[in-house]
Amino acid sequence: MTAGQDEPIFDLAIVGAGPAGMAAAALAGEIGLSTVVLDEQPSPGGQIYRNVEHAGGVPLPGASREKGAALAAAFRATALDYRPGTGVWHIETHPGEPCRLWLLRDARVGQVRARRVLLATGATERPVPVPGWTLPGVLTVGALQILLKSAGMVPAGPVVLVGNGPLLYLTAVQLAAADTRVAAVLETGAKADLRAALRHLPGFVASGTWRAGLALLREFRALGLPVVRDVSEVTIEGGDRASGVRYRTADGQSGTVPAEVVALHEGVIPASSLARAIGCDLVWDAGQATFRPEIDTWGQSSVAAVQIVGDSAGIAGAEAAPLAGRIAVLEAARAVGRLTEAERDRRAAPFGRALSSLLRGRPFIDRLYPPRLARSPLADPVVVCRCEEVTAGAVRAALASGASGPNQIKAFLRCGMGPCQGRFCAPTVTRLIAEARGVPEAEVGSFRLRPPVKPIPLAAFAAAMEEDAP
Amino acid sequence: MFRRRAQSDPGLPPVSIRFEGRTIAATGGETLAAALLAAGEEVFRASPVSGAPRGPFCLMGACFECLVEIDGMPGQQACMTIVRDGMDIRRDRIVEGEE
Repeated sequence: MTAGQDEPIFDLAIVGAGPAGMAAAALAGEIGLSTVVLDEQPSPGGQIYRNVEHAGGVPLPGASREKGAALAAAFRATALDYRPGTGVWHIETHPGEPCRLWLLRDARVGQVRARRVLLATGATERPVPVPGWTLPGVLTVGALQILLKSAGMVPAGPVVLVGNGPLLYLTAVQLAAADTRVAAVLETGAKADLRAALRHLPGFVASGTWRAGLALLREFRALGLPVVRDVSEVTIEGGDRASGVRYRTADGQSGTVPAEVVALHEGVIPASSLARAIGCDLVWDAGQATFRPEIDTWGQSSVAAVQIVGDSAGIAGAEAAPLAGRIAVLEAARAVGRLTEAERDRRAAPFGRALSSLLRGRPFIDRLYPPRLARSPLADPVVVCRCEEVTAGAVRAALASGASGPNQIKAFLRCGMGPCQGRFCAPTVTRLIAEARGVPEAEVGSFRLRPPVKPIPLAAFAAAMEEDAP
Repeated sequence: MFRRRAQSDPGLPPVSIRFEGRTIAATGGETLAAALLAAGEEVFRASPVSGAPRGPFCLMGACFECLVEIDGMPGQQACMTIVRDGMDIRRDRIVEGEE
């Protein structure tokens, strides 16, 4: 199926063309590594800089758009084998042999070989399971961002934003600027969050990211939108579609806000399905309340030929991702014999300093905007696994009747076996098991994943076989 | 449910697609999910378990809520598909046990 033994073996395969992937690829090209870049999207940018090459789109906040455009321009100017619209659904890694990456492009299966692999697969929205979250009209805040950036689209009717964090405020500001009625911003949080965050204020100030953050917050507050703070319970109402949001705050206030679109957001978590499916070890990150791949300072995972960078290795944001990507490429270049260890270290030093400084700002953000709804008690009827419609009650019943870990829950209930492969239920299942057994989530672990990490239609194999037939 | 904020880029060709037999005008280069949402369609499939209506949720290829049937091939992610002129789209009809 294309890529027989006579096919080229790349020095480096980069999966993902967001800020980490673009920066890594540009440096790989400069160093002279033969590089293939595989990305699901039709153009470079990832989600944060989606459609950044097209000036005709929606104006994003100035600075970040310029940075994204510069990364994309440098990426385009580099001699690479760039394959947009290409998903990677499995990677075979055998010690001492090149890796084999299995691809899906235009409904056809294919493959490429590379000595080293750099995963830069970004982040996905943290699932926020609340009653009614499967109704049409309920989306993630990230989804609203994508419609805005790639299609210039905004909700036509009143929208309610639920959750916390900078992306929530940015979205509110952008929607208001587009004359969309933001009926309410239901901020999830607790008074203790600010106290917990203050301890990390010096690092945040030192990181320099506070200026943009404060400016955004001021802009958001100046809009005078209806904001409800310390929201602790949310129910999305509606029959065949969302019609409104009922909420309750920590100090007992409650209300209902009618809405045509409801958008949820309690931060993002690493998109690590591919890393997990190929056997990369995970660690529990207590500060970000998520599992993430275990890596060293070079992005090296527990699988010898595989490095992981950017948000897919732990949420650090779009400023940090290019630095991590470049650092990892220098190590990849050393590993294939293109740079000496001393050259690698010399070139990596400035990137490392800038990255450390940025990372010092992260704990403040993580503590100030921790997941709240996503970690609050779940009522039995709430759907945990959207694909297979498995409720929290069903998970608890399976635990009571003898299931003990995530993989048994999967076998008992099909939870995590639908097309999304657990992307939107795994964190919740781990949490429910931890609660029921009274053990830390780190000990519970998460679903074991097996390739393919995305469903591959049989016709895609057939198409590739036909092509290869004499 | 959604509206286009501005006229689309005049450099992009208009395309015509069909959803459940209805003709929809879309813009070349945009995703199928965006084109359908802009046309007021919000139910893309029925849940294979209960039959409950579902529509786009994450729009970045992770949640698989926007699955549709395109030119007879079921289980396609509308958010990861760029519209092509003449596409014939139906709601996804996969039901449990038949896939």
